Amino acid sequence: MTAVDINAVKTEADQLFLRKKLIGFALPTVVFAYLVYIFFAFDISGIAGRANWDNAVTLASDSWSHKVHVTRDNRSGEITYAVEGERKGTYPEGQRPDWVSGDEVITIDLGGDHVVRYLPGNRTEIELPGFQLIEVRAEGRQLTSNLPAELPDWISASNRRIGITTPEGRITLTGARTEVFNYFSGWELFWFTLDSPYHGQGFVNILLGDRIDPERANIKGAVSDWWNNAMWRHKDVAWAIGETILMAFLGTMGAAIAALPLAFLAARRFSPIMIIRAATRRIFDFVRGVDALIWTVVLARAFGPGPLTGALAILITDTGTFGKTFSEALENVDQKQIEGVSSTGAKPLQRYRFGVIPQVVPVLLAQILYFLESNTRSATIIGAITGGGIGLMLTQAIQTQKDWEEVAYYIVLIIVMVMFMDWFSGWLRGKLIGRKG
Amino acid sequence: MKCPVARRAAGILLSRGDMTVISLNSTRTSVDGIQSSYMAQVQRRRLYGGLTLLIFVVLMVSGFNIADDRNAGGFWEGLHQIGDYPADVLTEAWEKRADLPGLIVKYFPALIETINIAAVSTLIGAVGGLFLSLLGTRGLAKWPRLIPVFRRLCDIMRAVPEIVIALVLIFVLGGGPVPAMIAIAIHTAGALGKMFSEVTENADLKPVEGLASTGARWSQRMLIGVLPQVAPNYISYTLLRFEINIRASAILGFVGAGGLGYELRNAMAWGPGRFDEAAAIFALLFGTIVLFDQVSSRYRNRLTEGKGQ
Repeated sequence: MTAVDINAVKTEADQLFLRKKLIGFALPTVVFAYLVYIFFAFDISGIAGRANWDNAVTLASDSWSHKVHVTRDNRSGEITYAVEGERKGTYPEGQRPDWVSGDEVITIDLGGDHVVRYLPGNRTEIELPGFQLIEVRAEGRQLTSNLPAELPDWISASNRRIGITTPEGRITLTGARTEVFNYFSGWELFWFTLDSPYHGQGFVNILLGDRIDPERANIKGAVSDWWNNAMWRHKDVAWAIGETILMAFLGTMGAAIAALPLAFLAARRFSPIMIIRAATRRIFDFVRGVDALIWTVVLARAFGPGPLTGALAILITDTGTFGKTFSEALENVDQKQIEGVSSTGAKPLQRYRFGVIPQVVPVLLAQILYFLESNTRSATIIGAITGGGIGLMLTQAIQTQKDWEEVAYYIVLIIVMVMFMDWFSGWLRGKLIGRKG
Repeated sequence: MKCPVARRAAGILLSRGDMTVISLNSTRTSVDGIQSSYMAQVQRRRLYGGLTLLIFVVLMVSGFNIADDRNAGGFWEGLHQIGDYPADVLTEAWEKRADLPGLIVKYFPALIETINIAAVSTLIGAVGGLFLSLLGTRGLAKWPRLIPVFRRLCDIMRAVPEIVIALVLIFVLGGGPVPAMIAIAIHTAGALGKMFSEVTENADLKPVEGLASTGARWSQRMLIGVLPQVAPNYISYTLLRFEINIRASAILGFVGAGGLGYELRNAMAWGPGRFDEAAAIFALLFGTIVLFDQVSSRYRNRLTEGKGQ
């Protein structure tokens, strides 16, 4: 090699290095510049101002705790005890939580020396450690209290409404009603609502103990009361999860069935006519490009909200995706196997059945099963849009903005459902085509 | 259907020919035996196949019926109405076709927002997935004891549908692109983490060992030893994810996370009279998805087939 050659190679190498160096610096710079642009375009600095941290606190604490309301109607003097203040969670007549005592004077022990007393004549006494005894009287729509003019920030007071927030619970007083919220951890009434005879019974007691409800056998009654629990709606939740999985199943399998014959039309090897091939491919591109969102919107107009609409939206979109991948799999089929089968005098249909299908089935099944899992997630999202399945229950629970324990419950269920489908499709794949790699 | 079976049996006989030579005296009986056991096997497989097919058909039909029952409108009543809505939208859009370019310009910023959400979340998700995969792969992990933790984390992040995180974050942070961005980024990190770790598991460990012998830190070993090996596949998966995320960000807009989906929901809520706006948004969304699909699939082919640099 001559010196000239070496020099040429050297400059070439130098240029290559320079280019690589430039790319090495330019790429991070571009990414950084883009992120700076996004920082301003999305107004990230303003997010702290717009964020509602009270919401975050409510969400975080409510998702794993519940509160019991003790409410005195100041007009009738009637006192109600209800979990989360809901009618479904109201204590039946004659029952009340054990931290409430007294008949004339109702004493509510919030714990930690925080005590609230409902006195006759719509008077209320609130005893808090390290603070004076608060006395409030409600008359008509007015409140008169002995609160000092200077108030700590955990008390808000006017002559119409007084709110006191303590670590042990919250107290709100208005002319019409006096309410105490006592907070507890855990999901209350998850198993049985208060009107069920099985509430408060231990698991062992229900399983092995004496008959609790004379009408029904223990296990049967307990299961039925749990299943029809009005607070947590286990039956509806189970149906919703079933609907979501059904959407994913119908959509995926329907798409696979529809896509298989179309894929033959789109594969060069099996479809000699160029126009048909191109047309089928454009159809695949079109249905994929329109996307599940638009299909959902369009189909919901025709079929109304529900699982069928979601299933059809998944079906149509995935027909495009499957068609594309199936036809690619068909293009890559090994010709030898087909020749072998045709050498035995097999007719075209038999050539497909014994020469082509066994080759592509593992690829197709892997694809279908992967999509089954991914579509469970899509079905949750589509359900939230079109109204069906667990996605709808989740959006409803979030929109009411108070049932955060239900939101947490649904989120856990959704994650478990998707992970189960992931495991299940992997298991099925292992059974059907053997583990790969 | 009988012929191929017989032929298959014949094939088996041919391949077993050597054996039959050895025990010539029992040829007749052994051939019969093989044939009958083969036929029995075929029968059994057919039975299983038939049963599986039957179960599948029953599942499909009953599933369809349940879905049909629980739907607000029935399938057969709705079937002939499928075309109504697109036809309404298209006719109205056609009548007002002069406005369409203006509307497309009007909604272009929303489109940019949708693409930005997808791009940023893909970027963040890819970095997250990179770390998850490196920390969750045997032989590469910085803390080998924590491998199962990172794998589970990856599984959980992947299992959470974007909408769950988005809805919760919208409640806390208010509407806008940021909740969608975070939600998609989390899911992307999980999904890419899994795909990446499948690639990383097949990476050659020799460069890593070589670097370790020179005293390179973990970050250096990963950056110089592993990343160059896996980069083409990583980028290819990331591009694929970008395609998926554009769709996801459009959908999340529909539940209030800004971008084109949000505009689409508003346009839909107005109903007839504003269908031209819906048509413009449909067109933008469709065009974007198709465009990015084509571009990304071209680059992915180049990356995985090793054409170009």
